[in-house]
Amino acid sequence: MKFAIQVNEGPYQHQASDSAYFFTKAALEKGHEIFRVFFYHDGVNNSTNLTTPPQDDRNIVERWAELAEQHNLDMVVCVAAAQRRGIVDEGEAKRNGKDATNIREPFRISGLGQLVEAAIQSDRLVVFGD
Amino acid sequence: MSTLHTVNKSPFEKTSLDACLAHATAGSNVLLIEDGVYAATKGTAVEQRVKQALDSVKLYVLGPDLVARGLSDDRVIDGISVVDYAGFVDLAAENDKVQAWL
Repeated sequence: MKFAIQVNEGPYQHQASDSAYFFTKAALEKGHEIFRVFFYHDGVNNSTNLTTPPQDDRNIVERWAELAEQHNLDMVVCVAAAQRRGIVDEGEAKRNGKDATNIREPFRISGLGQLVEAAIQSDRLVVFGD
Repeated sequence: MSTLHTVNKSPFEKTSLDACLAHATAGSNVLLIEDGVYAATKGTAVEQRVKQALDSVKLYVLGPDLVARGLSDDRVIDGISVVDYAGFVDLAAENDKVQAWL
């Protein structure tokens, strides 16, 4: 079955990102397909490359990135939410005249249309938030 | 047409469980996650409300979130099933849609 996942909250602030991660992992282990993980609102903060949590704590950003690399997941960050919160890739840095980027690949910045498409193309959309 | 409702708030903090139970049609499935798991425990002020809900909906609680809050399975109200993340995925697949009461 095809799942789409939506994450509305940032890391370390709320359990939503942890719950979404464990759900996604369990779905993959069961052989389901994850069509896309969409990071919206404060959820865009899950994609910053600049995070350095203590060594004895989970690294939520790295954990998502590694799962995505392992399973070739499409992880999309909402562009408007990202701009507000300073999540920047090469394209956005150029467009908005910023001198740095901070997105952790394979996260990618795109529009809300990607969420709509994921909802249409997937059998289930599961939302995690506050 | 069945729906899986997820509730992630403690009933002592927010009214999302009440809102969910007021809208869930008979035969729906309700999964308590995150702080929502407190609603599944025995001896609370909402126990009667939750037991009443069991007459029309099936209730589940996410085991790892119980453990994370120091709650053991024997604290769970009879009739509520404890599931793990794999069980959460199964519930999401078995129902036609998933509604999060955020």
